[in-house]
Amino acid sequence: MARLLVSPSPHFQSPQTTQVLMNDVLIALAPATLVSLLFYGWNALLLLAVCVATCLLCEFLIEKYLLGRKIPSISATIITAVLLALNLPPAAPWWIAVIGSIAAIGIAKMCFGGLGQNIFNPAIFGRVFLLVSFPVAMTSWAAPQGWLPIDAFSGATPLAQINEGLRQGIPASEIIAENGLSGWRAFFGAAGGSVGEVSALALLAGFVYLLVRRTIRPHIPVSILGTVVILTTIFWLVNPDKFTGPVFNLLSGGLLLGAIFMATDYVTSPMTTVGMIIYGVLIGLITVLIRYFGSYPEGVSFAILIANMTVPLLNKYCKPKRFAA
Amino acid sequence: MKNRTFTIGGVHPAEHKLAKDAPIEKFPIPAKVAISMAQHLGAPATPVVNKGDKVKVGQVIGTPTGFVSGFVHSSVSGTVTAVEPRADLAGNKVMHVCIDVEGDEFEQEIDCSDRIDREIKLSAEELLEKIKNAGIVGMGGATFPTHIKLAPPKDKKAEYLIINGSECEPYVTADDRLMREHPHEIVLGARIMARVLGVETVVLTVEENKPEAFEALSNATMRYVGFNVFRMKKKYPQGGEKQLIDAVTRRRVPSGGLPIDTGCVVQNVATAYAVYQAVQKNKPLIERVMTVTGQCLPEQKNYLVRIGTPLSAILDSVGGIPAESVKVVSGGPMMGKAVANLDATTQKGSSCLLVLTPEQTARTPEMVCIRCGRCTQACPMGLEPWLMNRLGRAGDTAALEENKIYDCIECGCCQFTCPSHIPLLDIVRTSKADVMKIIRSRAKK
Amino acid sequence: MNPILITIVTLSAIGLLVAAILFLVAKKFKVEEDARIDQVEALLPGANCGGCGCAGCRDFATKLVSLDDFGDVQCPVGGGETMNKIAALLGKAATVQAPKVAVVRCNGSCENRPTVNDYDGFGSCKVKAALYSGDTACSYGCLGCGDCTRVCKFGAIGMDPESGLPVVDDTKCTGCGACAKACPKGIIEMRPKGLRGLRVVVLCNNRDKGAVARKACKAACIGCAKCAKVCTHEAIVVDNNLAYIDPQKCKLCTKCVDECPTGAIHKFNFPVRKAAAKPAVEPKPVSEPEPVVEVAPVLAEEPKPVVKPAPKPVVPKVEVVADDADSDDVIELDID
Repeated sequence: MARLLVSPSPHFQSPQTTQVLMNDVLIALAPATLVSLLFYGWNALLLLAVCVATCLLCEFLIEKYLLGRKIPSISATIITAVLLALNLPPAAPWWIAVIGSIAAIGIAKMCFGGLGQNIFNPAIFGRVFLLVSFPVAMTSWAAPQGWLPIDAFSGATPLAQINEGLRQGIPASEIIAENGLSGWRAFFGAAGGSVGEVSALALLAGFVYLLVRRTIRPHIPVSILGTVVILTTIFWLVNPDKFTGPVFNLLSGGLLLGAIFMATDYVTSPMTTVGMIIYGVLIGLITVLIRYFGSYPEGVSFAILIANMTVPLLNKYCKPKRFAA
Repeated sequence: MKNRTFTIGGVHPAEHKLAKDAPIEKFPIPAKVAISMAQHLGAPATPVVNKGDKVKVGQVIGTPTGFVSGFVHSSVSGTVTAVEPRADLAGNKVMHVCIDVEGDEFEQEIDCSDRIDREIKLSAEELLEKIKNAGIVGMGGATFPTHIKLAPPKDKKAEYLIINGSECEPYVTADDRLMREHPHEIVLGARIMARVLGVETVVLTVEENKPEAFEALSNATMRYVGFNVFRMKKKYPQGGEKQLIDAVTRRRVPSGGLPIDTGCVVQNVATAYAVYQAVQKNKPLIERVMTVTGQCLPEQKNYLVRIGTPLSAILDSVGGIPAESVKVVSGGPMMGKAVANLDATTQKGSSCLLVLTPEQTARTPEMVCIRCGRCTQACPMGLEPWLMNRLGRAGDTAALEENKIYDCIECGCCQFTCPSHIPLLDIVRTSKADVMKIIRSRAKK
Repeated sequence: MNPILITIVTLSAIGLLVAAILFLVAKKFKVEEDARIDQVEALLPGANCGGCGCAGCRDFATKLVSLDDFGDVQCPVGGGETMNKIAALLGKAATVQAPKVAVVRCNGSCENRPTVNDYDGFGSCKVKAALYSGDTACSYGCLGCGDCTRVCKFGAIGMDPESGLPVVDDTKCTGCGACAKACPKGIIEMRPKGLRGLRVVVLCNNRDKGAVARKACKAACIGCAKCAKVCTHEAIVVDNNLAYIDPQKCKLCTKCVDECPTGAIHKFNFPVRKAAAKPAVEPKPVSEPEPVVEVAPVLAEEPKPVVKPAPKPVVPKVEVVADDADSDDVIELDID
């Protein structure tokens, strides 16, 4: 006779497993990765490969020899690696990628207990770790020749150019006009900066894929971008000479990359709708403040790291709407 | 009009309504039946027949023990062979009356014809008494005695009677077929219950994936004032009592409260059908419609089964269960109970017999929580299963109570949606039992 | 001035200031506590196991200091020695209880009690017991998920992978009773440790009728009462088809062990004599840290003339099976 299988209800499981979710994020990252490879060529590929290899090796060693486990999700590790690679300058030396990966996995992820336990987004942590440790290497924007027959965009990033110009007292609009820094250029893929910031369009394509697959909910990215647009519009209307406008801010720098792929990391973002919105607004606010008033030209990474710290509190105090009062 | 639904959470499991085109068939009366005395919520009934007694179909064989309890009737005619504890489908010992079937002789007053008897002659009190004596319970699975629900406390007034035909569980089609084939009986049953409760407004709810049933009920209610048929969104757990009241009236049953606190009484369509049979045909609850389904079965059936039929007999009639190991579920895949004992028999609450292969149902290894928050988004009660899972494993009952674990309706949405396959409901369910025990012992003091 | 000096001075000043604040706060908010609590706590084992019923050793120490008479309050881990020391310190009289040990009253190993279905839920006895009667035909026996092993703070109970049953290490067991509380089937009993750990126990909790029990498990107690008849000390009571040996009355003559037709009665820690014919259904001795189950087929004691004992209506100290299927627990829900 057949053996009966007995277990408590439910007897059904949604097909969306953690593995599927992580793979979906990787698929969503594919367009941005491919575009940046086209633009930056072999060095970008080298950085990507080094990041993936180092992250996997680092996690494997720690999981195996310190915790006695297997890597719970290889895809999750690869996501961290790809995000870190996308956050490096295109001409960065390979050892920067190694150090960044070790910091991301070894410190930010595994010190807290591995997948699901970390407080900070590992990729962002890795980037910020590099940024404060190797400021020169991390802000050298000399771009290597890519696989496309177009000129590479060397020189500072648009945000850095603006920051530098404003310090010299040149009005923002003039700097933009002078250097051809229109936001729309960044949209299709022609902005200097980190590897992954090259094309907003590719990033948005990934965003749409994640939404369609219901991998992420739109609350976090939308509230980040919304906050940035509203705040920059207000500042820009008050003083267009001193402050850059919303379109420029939206499309330049790592804002889209951060809002779509980094801030939405499950582990380091809140679980409830209200929490997500507060978290998003906080990131948007800090980003704008750093961009306008800070000494760094770019503030998304710092904003996400700071907001990461508030997540346990947001989870604790932003309870979901209860059915029964 | 827009399809209605509840406001918080919910999931969309694949529906797999395989048996929806199989008309209701009468299942042959088995040679032996064993009728459980614990077919309702509350104290098991007390058997009133002895070994060797001759019984007829519809004869009382168990009487209520205490307030929350009910009558049990013989579903067959024949000789009582034993009155003894037997293993139910979970293997726990429960008092059963076992009968060897001889012929099919009904009690005299039972009307077995198909003629629809529309005239309701009795007063509310007489109707309630008749429902009570027929041993009718909530047939959606909770098996709460219907006569208690129909007699709310004096200080509470029922405003709405909601007849639940949502059938949001995947696979189950018993109610769908019943609504399609017997809409008039269901509506009459609803009228009887409305008269007992003294309510003017009756709402029948049907999920959007059952257009034929919606059509049939709409036609059947055409000439009755105060009857509405609502089309509901396909979303689980649409048929949950609290969710249904929310969807229909936008009122919320308070924590620890009863549906009547919102002025609503919810009854299943199968219960309405049984009420009609009991009142107009004098036929106590001795049979029910049951879906027999599963991708691995050669046939999908909707059977009208006598209570007390062995599950193995039903499975054998559709070719038996496949040789390899399988899971047999009594009820739907979200809330049904896995059967550990195929010698167990059907009960008043058995709406479905579902056979799943290990590929469809076996648990996969649990992964770490990635804090995606899907369980929180899916919980129809607005709870945080991930948190209750952690607190439950740590045994922190105080914090669990603070996080309202007692509101959990055990619908299984959290565990269904968890991408890391964490057995959230397993933990929450036992933790909830612990917390309820503490709350009750505190109330006693 | 030298910046190093400035730094040193300012930091020292801050340090002094903070120290002063701390000192004042500690003075002002000091909680007066009975000094004896600390002394008593120092005498306690510090396992914080909760076996005494208190939240931890300090809680227990507070309770002891406040008590006039210890009564049957006892630290199961420290035992009589500890209680006497504390009693001497506090100038009170301690009633010393016999040290106890956990006994798993189930011998339904995989071999004796084959599974009849496959459990696929969360690996916890509590969850499993709430769901159904278990994956064997015996609804009273060990569920094998090891809840007892997880609550033990002393590593004294572990699952034997071969038999699928928990095994208690007498030397480590402190008798705190955490495992007995954790077991949803109530098969773990706290029994007096006895002289040199000698014990004779019915390793079964099955209250089904003999035939049913036997069918479910080869080593089940079938309630035949042969043991009660052979017992010359009226120590065995058969109630509800289950024999129970009263540890207070048992004189360890072990006649019942040989009499039992299913081998449900076991003796522990008896010296091994020359191997005679082994009983057929004896389980393999477990070779965990220390051999716990020892098989001693031949007895030292001479059989005395059999006197038929009328089974006294002694209520056996059997833990009530925690029946979690409280009907009130079921939430009224009408999902279909």
